[in-house]
Amino acid sequence: MTAAVFSVLVTAAHPTMPDVGVFAVAAAIILAGAIGVVVTRNPVHSALMLVMTLFGVAVMFVLQQASFLAAVQVIVYAGAIVVLFLFVIMFLGVDREEDIAAERLRGQRPLAVALVLLGTTGLLLLGEVSKWTTGQPHVAGIDSGAPNVNLIGKSLYTTYLFPFEATSALLIIAVVGAVVLARRPPVVATTSPDDSDDGSPASDVADASDGTVVDA
Amino acid sequence: MSINPAWYLSLSIVLFAIGALGVLVRRNVLIMFMCVELMLNASNLAFVTFARTLHDIGGQVLVFFVLVVAAAEVVVGLGIVVAIFRRRANADADDLHLMKG
Repeated sequence: MTAAVFSVLVTAAHPTMPDVGVFAVAAAIILAGAIGVVVTRNPVHSALMLVMTLFGVAVMFVLQQASFLAAVQVIVYAGAIVVLFLFVIMFLGVDREEDIAAERLRGQRPLAVALVLLGTTGLLLLGEVSKWTTGQPHVAGIDSGAPNVNLIGKSLYTTYLFPFEATSALLIIAVVGAVVLARRPPVVATTSPDDSDDGSPASDVADASDGTVVDA
Repeated sequence: MSINPAWYLSLSIVLFAIGALGVLVRRNVLIMFMCVELMLNASNLAFVTFARTLHDIGGQVLVFFVLVVAAAEVVVGLGIVVAIFRRRANADADDLHLMKG
């Protein structure tokens, strides 16, 4: 399957190839992967299906002259985020099959399907009626001759400089948060939290603070 | 490169719908996270399509930011999942009702 994806990536680089075929194959890969993520019982299989969808979206990026984003998509999403998912799945040992036939909340699934179908139909109709895709061409266009990476870099460091700096702060916050969350609680907190859970607010507060406060 | 942008947008809408359906239907927290990633990818596809249609590179820059936010979200979310696993031995969203009154 990966070989097929790569062959699609290669053929997409040639403008002479029929793009409709590439689009159809990539769309089929994307939809099959997305449905696989939702219906598969094993979380590991879901993660692999997610990789399939991400490759398909990367093909779509290549088709739309966003080659840098296609590379970033494969490297960051398939290379880092899915690996993180797989790492947590294996680390926690939840790679057993889940019984998805049982419906715990009665009427949840029909309601969810109806809601999603309604929203999808509405959006598709809205796109058909309101002609989203007929905007005026921008002055500083993508097709100005410069490579994709140059355009993104120039835009990132001029127009979008403040959001770019803000994302660095966001990443720092995420790293600190992940470290605090993943830190093992102090030894005091390991005395079976179920016993102290008698419903009184004081013990709840003490329980919650055990995991986050560093012992002096 | 002569594919109608409406096709890309339709595909993006369908992908978003599948992701939303997964978040609503599945109970495993990890798979719910993956479905959120599907929805983010759908929005990325729409961003790139609009960037091409409107000849504005800003759409592609926004995809870059979405990638960063997705990475941060996954890191913090999986940290929370690991912290939950310390207390109870499954990743079932229905069992997390500690804050229910």
